[in-house]
Amino acid sequence: MPKKIKRERILVPEQDPKARIHNFNEVSLGYTMELAIEEASRCLQCPYNIAPCIKGCPVNVNVPGFIKKLIEKDIKGALETIKETNSLPGITGRVCPQEEQCEMHCMMGKLGDRVNIGKLERFVADYAREHGIEAEVKMEPKNGKKVAIIGSGPAGLSCSFDLIKKGYDVTVFEALHSEGGVLIYGIPEFRLPKDIVRYEVDYLKKLGVKFMTNVVVGKTLSFDEIMKEYDAVFIGTGAGTPRFLNLSGVNLKGIYSANEFLTRINLMKAYKFPEYDTPIKKGKTLAVIGGGNVAMDAARSALRVGYERVYILYRRTREYMTAREEEIEHAEQEGIQFMFLVSPIEFVGDEDGNVKVVKLIMNELGEPGKDGRRKPVPIPGTEFGIEVDAVVFAIGQKPNKILCECVEGLEVTDWGTIVVDDKYRTSVEGVFAGGDAVRGEATVVLAMGDGKKAAEAIDEYITTGKWKEENNSENI
Amino acid sequence: MRNMFKIVDIEKLAERIKRIEIEAPLITKNAKAGQFVILRLHEKGERIPLTIFKNHPDRGTIELVFQEVGKTTYELGSYKAGDAILDIVGPLGKPTHVEKFGNTVIIGGGVGTPIAYAVAKAMKDAGNNVTIIAGFRSKDFVILEDDLRDASHKLLITTDDGSYVRKGFTTDVLKELIESGEKIDYVFAVGPVIMMKLIAEITKEHGIKTIVSLNPIMVDGTGMCGACRVYVDGEIKFACADGPDFDAHSVDFDELMRRLGEYREEEKLAMERYMRGR
Ligand SMILES: Cc1cc2nc3c(=O)[nH]c(=O)nc-3n(C[C@H](O)[C@H](O)[C@H](O)COP(=O)(O)OP(=O)(O)OC[C@H]3O[C@@H](n4cnc5c(N)ncnc54)[C@H](O)[C@@H]3O)c2cc1C
Ligand code: FES
Repeated sequence: MPKKIKRERILVPEQDPKARIHNFNEVSLGYTMELAIEEASRCLQCPYNIAPCIKGCPVNVNVPGFIKKLIEKDIKGALETIKETNSLPGITGRVCPQEEQCEMHCMMGKLGDRVNIGKLERFVADYAREHGIEAEVKMEPKNGKKVAIIGSGPAGLSCSFDLIKKGYDVTVFEALHSEGGVLIYGIPEFRLPKDIVRYEVDYLKKLGVKFMTNVVVGKTLSFDEIMKEYDAVFIGTGAGTPRFLNLSGVNLKGIYSANEFLTRINLMKAYKFPEYDTPIKKGKTLAVIGGGNVAMDAARSALRVGYERVYILYRRTREYMTAREEEIEHAEQEGIQFMFLVSPIEFVGDEDGNVKVVKLIMNELGEPGKDGRRKPVPIPGTEFGIEVDAVVFAIGQKPNKILCECVEGLEVTDWGTIVVDDKYRTSVEGVFAGGDAVRGEATVVLAMGDGKKAAEAIDEYITTGKWKEENNSENI
Repeated sequence: MRNMFKIVDIEKLAERIKRIEIEAPLITKNAKAGQFVILRLHEKGERIPLTIFKNHPDRGTIELVFQEVGKTTYELGSYKAGDAILDIVGPLGKPTHVEKFGNTVIIGGGVGTPIAYAVAKAMKDAGNNVTIIAGFRSKDFVILEDDLRDASHKLLITTDDGSYVRKGFTTDVLKELIESGEKIDYVFAVGPVIMMKLIAEITKEHGIKTIVSLNPIMVDGTGMCGACRVYVDGEIKFACADGPDFDAHSVDFDELMRRLGEYREEEKLAMERYMRGR
């Protein structure tokens, strides 16, 4: 190899932790063109058919391909390469757990740091957006068929993109007043600026996708009404119903679900109260229960609305936390205090019903459970309490049942997720589903991939008129 | 351009209580008695729930009744016919379960009466014998009297101070009704939490099936945030998705009352700021 390979990653500029905990601006500032090319040059350009990064990506982005174009400063070409399989690179570049996907088996890892694929993907998308560069899209002629998409999260958005390209008339129904699902109400501004989500939605609108906000399917419109009007339906309603532990004191004031806390802050801009009308409770100490991305987002948002001490209470140890590595690191830098191996057992309030104390018990790790993760086991006699002004539950979410309740014959699991086969077909003819509504809580990129693959299956169904064959109508 | 929701009529019913009629054709299609909408006035607005008073699928409008209690309702009260509201979503919540119960008593307190009206009308249409008990603070706060009369076979109005019809609370009227030996098969109550709590205590004692319509703080109204959670029979329920109607004898009213006060200070702050800016 003629040129010397740089073993270390090119660092991505970031806002200083001390400054950023007082604002909602993006933490990671992203590469400049110069830095991006320097980082891109570290890629070993593994051939397409063996590149581990492509295999590791849930939607198989041609990573070496786009990086090559980037090195050539062909941003349009790079963008088009990514968009062959990923319609939302500005978003996935920011929120994918790259360390468990594309970057996990990067060959550079054998020589030094792995290539920072996520930040390169983000750079391509950002540069294109900021410079008005758009990927060429081939639009097939209109075919007169109509598809309804329920839910405007990443699953719905990507499904709408592929179907509008194929000539369908596509309408997306969204319960909230803004499109984007978790991207708009859940993931905070400092991690995913809302302008980027709006840019992607506007782009789809430009291509002809119709969005109907403020429509709850199952309430505003019945599912039957939709079935009558459309040739096929895609359900991408996510997993938005928060779980609480039914412990004593769980309904005290100051105890939130992460969804409520984050929705108030992100969607309703409570951090700008009273300029914006939606309030959020402020105080000194807040405890978040959980260890995933949602927990990190809630904790870091709490700092930014003015809480001075923020705890993350997690029932296992650090290595079991499901959050993206970058978010955990950022949370640590920002001074979030992690307490591991603890579980809440009770909440105690003052005479007005405001939460004041979280009572906890210490755990040890026991035998691995079904998912291979060692189970936390409480240690009797280790109870203790910490004083708080607010608590946020970030212990998982279930699919929203409003829709499922109104679809006759729709098969769902005990957990409330919709059952589909390998072609995203549900138990009801003409109805497809994907994303968190099917997987339970998963990731943006998986939801996006589902939407894309479902679009293919919808196209096949509408063009052939064939639903499931008799003999393989069993669900998998 | 997104669809806005145009106000076609706004009318003052009593001090700080207004009735508003809004164009919302999509919502009228499936709206039923007991359901509500969530609205957001403008880009900086909060989302607040308001129950549907009347639904007019023929004209594509809904009517809401609200009391000016906080910044958002005051601001809404300042809107004129022709103005528009940015977002309205609905109908939300499960419709009130309507069937032929027999003798039904529908109880509304203050701004709960519009909901009592909607439910009473549905009960009457379903062939029930309907008595409405409507309680108001005083004569000046009596609203919707003609509507309530229309929706019932018998209308019993009461005022806290006795300045109109009679003196007493809705609970007094209900007790008298029960004591008079009237057979009551079903009670529906909506109004201040304390009223619903006391009604529930009375009917429990007499073994009368009772439904209450709850009004906790809400954000999305679709079961996504849990702000509206209430304890029903020791289980956490979301009023927006599982309710707003619940069995009165299973609800933890004290907790509901506490939770309603969660943002009292912030509401005051927003209100003061709004009044200064006007
Ligand atoms: C706080 C938070 C942080 C996260 N961080 C990450 C991360 O860093 N990386 C990552 O990969 N993943 C992350 N996730 C997970 C990721 O956001 C989800 O997996 C993904 O958004 C699922 O997409 P979806 O399209 O299936 O559903 P959603 O994004 O949930 O969208 C569903 C949409 O459907 C709408 N809807 C529901 N019911 C109806 C109805 N009846 N009628 C009309 N509309 C309806 C909802 O309002 C919502 O807008 C995070 C999740 C949360 C909550
Ligand atoms: S208002 Fe959010 S869950 Fe009911």
